[in-house]
Amino acid sequence: MRLSHSSGNHRDVRRSRVAGRIPWVLTVPAAAGLLFLVLPLAGLLLRAPWPTLLPRLAEPNVLEALRLSLVTATIATAVCIVLGVPLAWVLARAEFPGRRIVRALVTVPLVLPPVVGGVALLLVLGRRGVVGQWLDSAFGITLPFTTAGVMVAEAFVAMPFLVISVEGALRAADLRYEEAAATLGASRWTIFRRVTLPLVAPGVAAGAVLCWARALGEFGATITFAGNFPGQTQTMPLAVYLALETDPEAAIVLSLVLLAVSIAILASLRDRWVNSP
Amino acid sequence: MTVFAAASLTGTFIELGKSFEADNPGTTVRFNFGSSATLAQQIVQGAPADVFAAASPATMKTVTDASLASTPVTFARNRLEIAVPPGNPAKVEGLKSLTDTKVKVALCAEQVPCGAAAVKALDAAGLTVKPVTLEQDVKATLTKVELGEVDAALVYRTDVLASAGKVQGIPFPEAGKAVNDYPIAVLSKAPSGDAAQRFVELVVSQRGKDVLTKAGFEAP
Repeated sequence: MRLSHSSGNHRDVRRSRVAGRIPWVLTVPAAAGLLFLVLPLAGLLLRAPWPTLLPRLAEPNVLEALRLSLVTATIATAVCIVLGVPLAWVLARAEFPGRRIVRALVTVPLVLPPVVGGVALLLVLGRRGVVGQWLDSAFGITLPFTTAGVMVAEAFVAMPFLVISVEGALRAADLRYEEAAATLGASRWTIFRRVTLPLVAPGVAAGAVLCWARALGEFGATITFAGNFPGQTQTMPLAVYLALETDPEAAIVLSLVLLAVSIAILASLRDRWVNSP
Repeated sequence: MTVFAAASLTGTFIELGKSFEADNPGTTVRFNFGSSATLAQQIVQGAPADVFAAASPATMKTVTDASLASTPVTFARNRLEIAVPPGNPAKVEGLKSLTDTKVKVALCAEQVPCGAAAVKALDAAGLTVKPVTLEQDVKATLTKVELGEVDAALVYRTDVLASAGKVQGIPFPEAGKAVNDYPIAVLSKAPSGDAAQRFVELVVSQRGKDVLTKAGFEAP
C-alpha cells in the first residue's frame, strides 16, 4: 500500500529549516554511534578474500544454506503475522485483568538467551516434551531436527519484534476512525479488517521487516532446537558458526552473502511498503 | 595465569588448577573452556593465554602454524563411546545399530575434534550413518542424548563418565582406530611464562596422569 505524498513539499521545507538547528551535542554522539555500527561491517569487507569469493559462493552447500535461510525466515514471518497481529490488537485494544503481565510475557523471548529458548522449546515440543510426546504419539510428528523445527525456533525468537511494533502502531492510531465506523453499525471484526488494519499497515510492515531480519539471523534457538544438518536445518548463521571453527575466511564470505542478500531485500521492501520519508 | 582448554577437560583441569594454586601460593589459574577449534582461533586472533590444551593435534596445529607455540606434548588420549539415554530405548548394541534409519543419531560436526574422530571410527568400520544433526561441540551432542531427543550419539568416554548416569555408554571396538591425542603447550607470548611451564609440568606429571585416568582418559 502506498500512502499519498501530496503534502511532501511542505514537509521538506519544514525539515530543512529544522536541520539547520541540530546541535553538535546530538551530531557528535550520532556520528560515533554510526561509526560503531558500521566499522565491524567495514572490517568484514576489508578482510574478505575477494579473489576466491566467486568460487566459494558457487559451492552447493552455501546456496543450500542461503535458500533454507530465506525460506524459513519468510514462513516464520508469515506465522508471526498471522498470530502476532491479533495478539498485538488484544494487547492494545482489549481491556482485561492481567494485561500488563501478558505484555511482559510476550517480551520474554527478547530477554531470554536464544540458546535457553531452544532448550525450552525442546522441553515442550521435543520428542519427550510436554506437548511434543503427544504430537509424536497422536500424529507421528516430531519437530526437532526438521525444517519445520527451524521455523518454530525462528518464530519464537522473532515474534515479539512484530507484536511490539504493531501494538505501538495501534496505540498511536487515531481511535476516532474506529469509533465513527462503530457508530455507523460496523461489527468489531469489520472495523478491524476495514479500518484498523489499513490504518496500521505501515506499522505491520515495519514489524514484519524487523521480525524477518531477526529470524534470518537466528542462531542459538535454531541450533539448540532444530540441530544442524546441511539442507535440512543448517541455515546461514549456523553455517557461518561452523565455518568459523576451521576456516574464518569462509565464514566471512558466508556472512557477506547473508548481509548482501538481506540488505538488498530490506532496501527494496522499504521503498515499496514502509512509508519512511 | 590463563589456561585455554578443550571443553572435555573441564572437570580434570579445574581439579588440577586447584592443586596448582595450592602448590604455588599467590598464583591464580583462570580457565577458558570451549571447543578446541574456537579456542585456537581466539589464540590466533590475539587472546591473552598462557597455556593451550587441545582435544586434537589438528587444532593445536592452527596455533603452532601461526608460530604462537612450539613443541606441544601429548598428555592424554580419549576414545569415543556410543552414548544412549538411560534404558537404551532404541536397543542400540554397537556401531552397526546406528546405521538403522529408525535410530536417531547425533554426531559432532566434522570441523570439531569429536566429529573428526566419529568420521574416522565410522570409516574404519566401513559404515555410513545418516545423523539427524551435526552438533557444534561434544557437550551439545551429549545434551541431545540427555534430553532423549536422539537415540544415540558418538561422544567421548570421559563425557559419558562425567554425565553421572544421565546417559549410558556403550564401548565399541572401532573406537580404538580413532583415539584422540590431547596436546598441551606453553604459548610463546605467554604473559606468565614461568607459571605456565610449571602448570604444563603438573599436567604431564604422575599426579596429573592420576587425575586424568580417574576421569576416563588414557595415558599417551
